[in-house]
Amino acid sequence: MAEPVLNICNLCKSFGALKATDDVSLDLYPGEIHALIGPNGAGKSTLIHQIAGTLKHNTGSIHFMGRDVSALGVSHRAQLGLGRTFQISSLTPEFSALRNVMLAVQANQGSSFRFWQPVMADASLKDRAMHMLERVGLVDRAPVPSAELSHGERRQLEIAIALALEPKAFLLDEPMAGMGPEGSKRLTGFLDTLRHEAPILLIEHDMDAVFALADRISVLVYGRIIATGTVDDIRRNPQVREAYLGESV
Amino acid sequence: MANREKLINTALALLLPALALAAYGMGEPFYVTLATRIAILALAAAGLNLALGLGGLVSFGHAAFFGIGGYMAGIFATHAFNQTPLFTWPIEIAATDQMPVIWLVSAGVAALVALPIGLISLRTSGVYFIMITLAFAQMIYYFAISWPAYGGEDGLSITMRNGFPGVNTLDPLNYFLIAYGLLLLVLFIFTRIRDSRFGAALQAARQNEVRVASIGIRPLRIRLAAFVISAMITAVAGALFADLNRFVGPSMLSWNMSGELIVLIILGGTGRLFGPVAGAILFVLFEFALGGLTEHWQLFLGLILLGVVLFVRGGLIGLLAGKVHHG
Ligand SMILES: Nc1ncnc2c1ncn2[C@@H]1O[C@H](COP(=O)(O)OP(=O)(O)OP(=O)(O)O)[C@@H](O)[C@H]1O
Ligand SMILES: [Mg+2]
Repeated sequence: MAEPVLNICNLCKSFGALKATDDVSLDLYPGEIHALIGPNGAGKSTLIHQIAGTLKHNTGSIHFMGRDVSALGVSHRAQLGLGRTFQISSLTPEFSALRNVMLAVQANQGSSFRFWQPVMADASLKDRAMHMLERVGLVDRAPVPSAELSHGERRQLEIAIALALEPKAFLLDEPMAGMGPEGSKRLTGFLDTLRHEAPILLIEHDMDAVFALADRISVLVYGRIIATGTVDDIRRNPQVREAYLGESV
Repeated sequence: MANREKLINTALALLLPALALAAYGMGEPFYVTLATRIAILALAAAGLNLALGLGGLVSFGHAAFFGIGGYMAGIFATHAFNQTPLFTWPIEIAATDQMPVIWLVSAGVAALVALPIGLISLRTSGVYFIMITLAFAQMIYYFAISWPAYGGEDGLSITMRNGFPGVNTLDPLNYFLIAYGLLLLVLFIFTRIRDSRFGAALQAARQNEVRVASIGIRPLRIRLAAFVISAMITAVAGALFADLNRFVGPSMLSWNMSGELIVLIILGGTGRLFGPVAGAILFVLFEFALGGLTEHWQLFLGLILLGVVLFVRGGLIGLLAGKVHHG
């Protein structure tokens, strides 16, 4: 098998007495969608935060593209190619959807120290950003301040921003949440093709989407990974059925 | 709404020279000086507006940069008048009384001072940032007081206002036009920076720091650059201010001064292009009108400010032109 793009080894993180991440090891290989599922409060988002650098882990290691990124800050890791979305949308509220994406295009071009040319007259930024909005189906809403977008639209915008970064790996934290069945279905189709651009670590509660998309699934319960395997492995795993999937399978 | 703001901006831009010209025509140099004072305070606040308005960096220490500019004007004027060199070691450097040179030096020195202050204080945010910038400014204030070579507590009188190539700066209207021209130039620079890539990153960092970091832009660097540019502009205003008053003293470095600049911006409209101009007009009018009635005019100003903060969030420009439109 190829080298993993992302390799997490024996990661631990505590909030006081709470072990939010308990000896987690996990890989993400080129071209795959690795789903991370688990009940509310299992520590899924906390794990994404540690990979992206918004939270620092206590022990263990995170390697990205063969490089230990543990000591690097959020922006540095993003520059290396980690493109993440937030479970609770995190946008620049006063800026339009378009400008939110334009900023990401600008960041990806690595050129924020230009003081003179107006961005809105910069076709290289605008066209590229429009293209990303088009891919997530948000072109109509380009001029709307992101604070005025609906919940689902904000989720789409988060993805457009991540796309604009042309990342080497996507970290998506519940992208389907609040999308409605129609939107979820469309997004499922989209992510299915997106994996060829870059592998995806996907946190999702929508089991239909997870089972349709995932090459591998890891199940996180109380900060621990209790199982990792293919969709069939996970469906059959008695521990998983008991701890998480319950009767819903 | 964007058009309405343009209209208001134009009106404000015309108001100042109209006031100065009318006063000059009527032989009232005092009012020309008042208009000049407004233009210079607006210039200083326009500098701060870059950090505070666009970047959300509430610097309570901008008097340091204002005063640095003031002292540069005073020090150059003194040396030029006495025909003594600025330095004799390591090489001898003669003083000049030419304003453009003094402005450049003021901006340069302010940048050198702002860089370490910014590097340290920008690691904090909110109230801590306010307190640290204040603390640095106070250090410079006490340094100026305890430095007898340039007047110490008494400050420094400027016997001869510094000069400008081809212009008699002693004529109040000429001096107004210099200050006003510089104000318009800086406002133009402000719009370019605001609308640039850098400006986008700076405004985004104010709205959501984590988002900006998550796309790979380091907020600290962006803010540091904004802080330094902001300090440079405010320093140039300080040099003009000292030349206007023909005096520079520690009061230009005091925390009151920092507070006044913030007040100006809030009154006029935080982050708005002409916020500092509207604010400076209001401030100087209050000072002039209320100051004649009572010594405690700042108390009334405080009440008005409270009203603005509570009821008209966008200051005067916000009240007249509505919310900012980012496109
Ligand atoms: N900053 C924090 N400080 C203290 N506790 C935290 C912090 N962030 C998360 N936690 C706790 O850590 C645990 C894991 O939270 P996390 O948000 O990672 O769960 P999750 O699996 O993403 O849940 P959900 O499916 O609801 O999004 C929870 O018990 C949460 O209360
Ligand atoms: Mg979560």
